[in-house]
Amino acid sequence: MPLVEFRDVHYEAGGKQILAGLNLAVESGETLVLLGRSGSGKTTALKMTNGMLFPTRGQVTVEGRLTTDWDAIRLKRRIGYVIQDVGLFPHFTVAENVGLVPKLEGWADGDVSGRVNALLSSVGLPPAEYRERYPRQLSGGQRQRVGVARALAAEPPLLLFDEPFGALDPVTRQELQQQFLQLRREFQKTSIFVTHDVREALRLGTRIGLLSHGRLEMVAEPVEFRKARSMEARAFLACLED
Amino acid sequence: MRSDLASEILQLTAEHLILVVSSMALAILIGVPLGIVLARQPALRRWVLAFVSIVQTIPSLALFGFLIPIPLIGGIGKRTVIVSLVLYALLPIVRNTFAGIVSVDPAVCDSAVAMGMTPVQLLRLVQMPLAAQTILAGIRVAAVTTIGTATIAAAIGGGGLGVFIFRGVASVDTTQILAGAVPAALIALSADGGLGWIERKVSPA
Repeated sequence: MPLVEFRDVHYEAGGKQILAGLNLAVESGETLVLLGRSGSGKTTALKMTNGMLFPTRGQVTVEGRLTTDWDAIRLKRRIGYVIQDVGLFPHFTVAENVGLVPKLEGWADGDVSGRVNALLSSVGLPPAEYRERYPRQLSGGQRQRVGVARALAAEPPLLLFDEPFGALDPVTRQELQQQFLQLRREFQKTSIFVTHDVREALRLGTRIGLLSHGRLEMVAEPVEFRKARSMEARAFLACLED
Repeated sequence: MRSDLASEILQLTAEHLILVVSSMALAILIGVPLGIVLARQPALRRWVLAFVSIVQTIPSLALFGFLIPIPLIGGIGKRTVIVSLVLYALLPIVRNTFAGIVSVDPAVCDSAVAMGMTPVQLLRLVQMPLAAQTILAGIRVAAVTTIGTATIAAAIGGGGLGVFIFRGVASVDTTQILAGAVPAALIALSADGGLGWIERKVSPA
């Protein structure tokens, strides 16, 4: 059974068709990258996975259950979410940010604290130095590391990434991508990763789904994707040449 | 004679404080929740903000006049005064609560929702703490205005430091006017200072 499945998913908002008949299954352990231009519907697809949005037609299932049947809060807490703007809570310390979902889930304080330390170490931020800092005292890259640690905190089986490294400088982006691969080896999580950067897609994805105007043009492993002949795929691959 | 004046100052200051504190307490109890509702219900915004703004433009003596004939909330005395002070205090409190909440970074709210916060947790853990400074600024403005406006309470038998002022004006007695105005100004200054201090204390990080 796929961890996430989209079945003929349509989504319309304000008279505009944003997704048109998306069919896609995400298997446990893979990193599925949704690649597409702005407005191709990739973020919408992501938001349907954790019940931030629901299809106007068709179905989305997570762990075999329809997103509409899930308790809205439970579903969101089972899925880690990392967005480009990070959205760290400015009035919480790094430790409070990372420990939030475990705390909401009723973990004991000691367990939360231990978990926070382990995660901060995993994302390359020594806990002793960073726990008590506030988000404004961190660089963009460090903030995004905290964002990733926060998403991992309650041991969700699935992680969603919405262009998480898009706003970072190229060097920091490269470092965080490296970190992403390392964390994947360490935690073996399933991820859906949205990006418009074809290099990032090829680097991080175990499979790449190409979205164009709300339709899934193709899904392929990176090696296959490089050979793709469709117009949109070639348009993206052309970005690699310069 | 001197000690008579001193004890009257104390008594009327206490009365004044009671008027101000009870009006402010009510205004906060009504205004903050109302501001929260407005932040969540855009449809109500225009109407409620228009209402509280219009109330603000009514001269206070006229408002007393309007309220006196209304049963239950009207009449001569403290009740009418408190009702109108509450009405005046609502605008800054409602507007700032609403503005403070809607100005919280949408990315922060989005990520709170995406992390599985319930609407109540979103409000309690994220929106209110981040809006606290703005809300308190509204409360501070309301408090200072209320302390001044409450001096007019004496016009309809509401007591307070306004008693001195009205008496002083009527008998052209500067001492009496000062006996009302100076304590009122001191209360306003200390409220402003105290609430300003709290405001800085709650500043989010």
